[in-house]
Amino acid sequence: MSDIWKTFPGVTALAGAELKVQRGEIHALVGGNGAGKSTLVKVLTGAARPDQGQILLDGRKVDFRSPSQAQLGGIGTIYQEVNLVPRLSVAENIFLRYEPRRWWMIDRNRLNDQANKQLERIGVIIDVTRPLATYSPAIQQMVALARAMLLDCQWLIMDEPTSSLDEREVKVLFEVMRQLKKQGRAILFVSHRLSELYAVCDRITVLRDGKTVLTESTKSLSQIDLVTAMLGRRRKASHRSLSQGRGFHSDVDDQREHGTEVLRASHLSRLPRLVDASLTVKTGEVVGLAGLLGAGRTELARAVFAADPLQSGEVSLSGRHVRFTCPAEAIRAGIGFCSEDRQVEGIIPGLSVRENMTLVALPQLSRWFIVSHYRQRQLVQRMIERLGIKIASLDQPIDELSGGNQQKVLLARWLCTLSRLLILDEPTRGIDVGTKDEIRAIVDELAAQGLAVMMISSELDDLIDHCRRIVVMSEGRTIAEFADDPIKVDSILAAMAHGTEVLEMSGD
Amino acid sequence: MPTDLPSSDPSLKMVGIRLFRENVVLVVFLALTLLAAFRYEGFLGHHNVTEFLRYNARFGFIALGMTFVIITGGIDLSVGSVVALASVLAALCSPYGLLPTLVIPVLAGSLVGAINGSVVALAGVPSFIATLVSMMAARGVALILANDQSIPVDLQSTVITIGEANIFGWIPAPVILLILVYVCGWFVLNQAPIGRQVVAVGDDEAAARLMGVSVHGIKFWVYVASGGLAGWAGVLLAASTFSGLPTEGVGWELQVIAAVVIGGTLLTGGSGSVGGTLVGVLLLGLIFKILDFENGVGGYDLKAHWQSVIRGAFLLVVIVFQSRRAVKDR
Amino acid sequence: MPAGKSFFVLRGARHRARRHHLINALQQYGTLIALAVLVIFNLTFTPGFRSTLALYTNLIQVAPIVIVATGMTLVIATGGIDLSVGSLMAIAGALAPIVFQASVWPLNQQAVGTALAFVLPVLVAGLFGWCNGLLITTRRLQPIIATLVLFIAGRGIAQVLTDGGHIEINRPDFQYIALGRPWGVPLQVMLMLIVVLLSVGMVKFTTVGRYIVAIGGSRSAAWLAGVPVTTVTWFVYIISGCLAGMAGLIEIAIISSADPNRLGLNMELHAIAAVAVGGTPLTGGQARVLGTLLGAVFIQLISYTLLTHGVPYAAAQVVNAVLILAAVLLQQVKS
Repeated sequence: MSDIWKTFPGVTALAGAELKVQRGEIHALVGGNGAGKSTLVKVLTGAARPDQGQILLDGRKVDFRSPSQAQLGGIGTIYQEVNLVPRLSVAENIFLRYEPRRWWMIDRNRLNDQANKQLERIGVIIDVTRPLATYSPAIQQMVALARAMLLDCQWLIMDEPTSSLDEREVKVLFEVMRQLKKQGRAILFVSHRLSELYAVCDRITVLRDGKTVLTESTKSLSQIDLVTAMLGRRRKASHRSLSQGRGFHSDVDDQREHGTEVLRASHLSRLPRLVDASLTVKTGEVVGLAGLLGAGRTELARAVFAADPLQSGEVSLSGRHVRFTCPAEAIRAGIGFCSEDRQVEGIIPGLSVRENMTLVALPQLSRWFIVSHYRQRQLVQRMIERLGIKIASLDQPIDELSGGNQQKVLLARWLCTLSRLLILDEPTRGIDVGTKDEIRAIVDELAAQGLAVMMISSELDDLIDHCRRIVVMSEGRTIAEFADDPIKVDSILAAMAHGTEVLEMSGD
Repeated sequence: MPTDLPSSDPSLKMVGIRLFRENVVLVVFLALTLLAAFRYEGFLGHHNVTEFLRYNARFGFIALGMTFVIITGGIDLSVGSVVALASVLAALCSPYGLLPTLVIPVLAGSLVGAINGSVVALAGVPSFIATLVSMMAARGVALILANDQSIPVDLQSTVITIGEANIFGWIPAPVILLILVYVCGWFVLNQAPIGRQVVAVGDDEAAARLMGVSVHGIKFWVYVASGGLAGWAGVLLAASTFSGLPTEGVGWELQVIAAVVIGGTLLTGGSGSVGGTLVGVLLLGLIFKILDFENGVGGYDLKAHWQSVIRGAFLLVVIVFQSRRAVKDR
Repeated sequence: MPAGKSFFVLRGARHRARRHHLINALQQYGTLIALAVLVIFNLTFTPGFRSTLALYTNLIQVAPIVIVATGMTLVIATGGIDLSVGSLMAIAGALAPIVFQASVWPLNQQAVGTALAFVLPVLVAGLFGWCNGLLITTRRLQPIIATLVLFIAGRGIAQVLTDGGHIEINRPDFQYIALGRPWGVPLQVMLMLIVVLLSVGMVKFTTVGRYIVAIGGSRSAAWLAGVPVTTVTWFVYIISGCLAGMAGLIEIAIISSADPNRLGLNMELHAIAAVAVGGTPLTGGQARVLGTLLGAVFIQLISYTLLTHGVPYAAAQVVNAVLILAAVLLQQVKS
C-alpha cells in the first residue's frame, strides 16, 4: 500500500498513511486512539474506500468495493471479536457460502473432512461437527483463521486478535502465525500489546494522526522509542496558568486540601480486562490514569462507578466500605462518571441541552415528581456561563452541538449534583483545541474547590500538566504511580512501555 | 458456554437426560395421546386420526414457513389474512380448472410475502409492524374480492377431490404432502447451504454479513416462503370447507407462532427445529381435540376457549425457560 | 471509539441534525396539516359533516383507540412495544359485568357494584401490565416476545371469564361511562381528553416523563446517569395495561355487551398505527402524545371519509394499511 488517504467530511482519518508489508513477514500496525488504525484496516479489508491513494498487492493495483471482494482478492481478515456464527458447527462456519456440495445439498462428509484438513494446517485438531460456541474464544479465533485461509489468502490482516485470549492461547496463535509466515504469506498484526508485538513481529509501522510516522524493524526499535512515537512529543508550553484570568467564581483560591481520602480502590478485578487494580484519590487531587489501549483504565473506572459488577476487590468511599449495585447508587453517594463514548453512553440524542444537563440532578430539581422548570433553567443558565458553553438556546437539541460543547454539557451534568468524586474518561477526546483548553481549566478549577478527580487520558501532556499523581496501568493492572513535581514524561513512557515487567522489577 | 447447545458427555444418564430435554415436546405429545386414548373411547379410531391430521395439516404448512421466518429473528403476523385471501382466490378460480385453483392462491400469498420481505429486509421496518399492516391489507383485499360474502367452491372442482382424497386408502392426501414438504423443509434447513445461511442470519446477523451472506436476500425469501405456504393452507381450507371465506383465518398466526415456539424454535432467532414445529402443531391440535372430547364425554366442563389460554400458558413456560438458558450464559 | 471516528460522526451528525430538524418539524406539523386538509375536504364535500352528530360520532369512535394509544405511546417511547392491549381490553370488558352482576355483599349494592366494576377491571388489566413488565425487566425478554404471551392467551382468559359467549349489559349507571353526556359532551371523549392531557403533562413536566424519554433515547446513557430504568420501564407497561382496561370498559358500555371474541380485536394495530402516524419514532426517545391523538383522529377520519363516500369497508382497510405503512416508512427514512 502506498499513500492512502481517507477523508471523512470535516476531519481526516487518514492523511497520507503508508504501509509496506512484505511477503514472509509479520508486520505490526500500532497507534493510539484516533491514529487511524481502524480506518486503515477498513480500507484494506474493503469495508471502506480511500479518497486518495492506492493499494498494491504484489505490485498489482486493486480496488475493493466490499469485504467479499477483498476476500476474493486474497485478503483474509481476523477480527477482534470472532465474527462467526455461534450456533453453526465449526465446519459449517469455516465453509459458510462455500460448502462442498452434492447436487444442491451440503456434502457433510466432505465438509467435515475438508474442515479437519483446514484446521490441521494450522495445527488444530477438534471435533468439527460441534457448534462453534462450545469452544473457547481461542479455538474460535483459530476457526476464523481457518476460514480466512480458505480462499487461499496471501495477505492476512489480524485486527487485535488476542484481546480475549489468555497467555497460552496467544502462544498457540503465534506459532500458527509463524508457520503461515514461513509459507510466504504476509501478515498484518494490529495490536496495542507491546509485549506481543515484540514477541512475534518483524517490523512495526506506527500511525499517528492519520499519518505514518515510523516504520522500523522490531529489533532496532526500543520500546520507549515506540511509545514515544505513538504518543508524540511533549508540548513545549505548560498550561497550568490557564485557570487564572478567566474570571472564575472561586472563593477558595488555590487552596487545595489534601489528605482526606475520598476513594480507595483495592485489588479490583473483573476478568478478563481488569486483573488487579488499586488506587486512591484524595480531595482536591486530580489523579491521572495512564496506559495504552486495553490497559483496563475504563474498566477500572466503570467498576468503581458500579457500571459493571466487580468480581473481587473492595471500594471505600471516605473510609467507608461500599458495595454499589448500579450507577444510581454510586451517584447518590457522590460519584460522577463521564464516559469516553459520548455518543453512546453520554448524551441522550434527541433531547435538548437543558434536559441532558439536568438528567442526573432531576430528582433535586423536582418537588413531588414535578420538575421545576424555573429552577432547571436557572441551573442550566449558571452552568452555561460558568463553563462557557456555546449554544443557540437552552432547548437546542444536543445533537447539534459540537463535540466540545457536548462534552461541556456532560461535565455540567455531573457538576449539577455536587459530586464528591468525578471520574473523567478521555474528557478531551474528539474536541477542538480551544475547547480542550477550557475543559482542562475547568478540571483544575474543580480540584481547586476540593473535588476529587480521577482522569483517564491518552494525552500524556494533559496528565502531566494537571495531575498531582499519575497511575499507570497495563494489561489490567495498576503497575506504577508517579507523584514527583513535575512528573517526568520519560518515567511514564518507560512504565507504559515495559508494562507488567515494571511490577516484577519493583516488587510493587 | 451456552447451555442450550448439545454437550458431548457420553454417559448413559446424560444421554438420557439430554434426549428427554431435547424432545420434551414430543414426550408430552405422546403422553397426552396415550392419556387421551385411555380416557376416551375410540380416540385413536381410524376416522378420528385421519380427520385430525387432515384438519391440522393446514396449520402445519403455515408453521413451516413461520419457522423459517422466526429463525431469522422476525415474525409473520399476516398469515391468517393470507389464508383468507387465498381461500377466496381458490374459490373464485375453482370453476376454471385445477391449475389456477392451486397456483393463483399460492402466488398471491407469495406476493404478500414478497411485500413483507421487501419492507422488512430493504426498508428495515420491524417485522411485527410490517406484517401487522399486511395482515390488515390482505384481509381487506380478501373482503373486496369476495364482496364481503363467502364464495362457494365449484363442487365439481378437482381440488375438493384432492382435499378429500385418501392415499393408500387411509392417509389423507394433504397429510402426505405435508410430510413431503416437512421432509424437504428439514433438508433445506439442515443440509442445504441456504438453510445454514438462514440460521446464520438469525444467530448473528452482523457476522453473517461479514461472512458474505446476503442478509437482505435471506430475509426477503423467508417471508415469500411463509406467504406462499400460507397461500397453500388457504387452498386446503377452501377445499375442505367448500367455500372461500374472507373472514376465516383470524387468530391463526397466533396458533402457528405458539406451535413453532413450543416446538423449540427460539423467538429471538438463530435456532429452530422443523421436526419440533411439526410436533408443536400436532400437540396444540391434540389439546384442542382433547378439549372437544372432554366436552362431550368427560366429567369436567372444559370449553374450547381454554385452548388459547393453554396455548399462552405453554408459550409462557417455553419462553421463560428459553430466557433462563440465555441469561445463564450472558 | 477512536477519536477520528467519533469526530466524523459528530460532524456528520451536525449536518444531518439540521435536516433532521426540518423533517422532524414537517412530520410533527405534517399530521396536523394532513388532518386539516381532510377536515376541510369533508366540510366541503361530505354532507352532514358540519354537525355535532358527525363530530361526536367520530370522537366517540376514536376515544377508546386514543386511550389505548396513549399508553402505547409511552411504551414505545421507552423503546418497547405492547402487543397485549387488545387482549387486556377483552379481559377488562369481560370482568366488568361479572363484577356488577355478582350478588356478593357489598357488591350487590348497586352503587358499590358499579363503582367496583369501574375500578377492578382496570386494576386487573394493570396487573397484567405488571406481568408484562416483570417479564421484560427481570427476565430481560424483548417486549414483543413478552407481550406476545398475553396477545395469544389474554383473549382466551376473557373467554373463560364469560364462558365463551358474550354477556348482555343493561346497566345504565355503568354504561354512563360511554353513553353519558355531561354538559352535552360524551363522557368517553372527556375521559380521552383527560387521559391525553395528563399524559402530556406527565411527559413534559414530571421526572418520570423525562425518564421515559431518556430511556428510549439511549438506555445505556440513561442508566449511567442514574435513571431508574427498571422501575420506569415497569411503570409504563402497568399504565398501558390500565389504559387498555379503561378502553375496554368504554367499549362494552357503548355496545351494551361484553363479547370477548370481538372486544379489542386488532386494537394493538390501531394503537401502533396512531402512534406511528402521530410522529413518535417506533425506536423510542420521544413521546408525542398529542401527535398520537392527531394520528388516531386522522386515521379515523380517513375511514369516515371513505365510508361516507361509498367506499366499502374492506377497501378502507386497505387504504388504512397503506397509510400506516407510509407513516412507518417515513420514519425509517428519517433515521
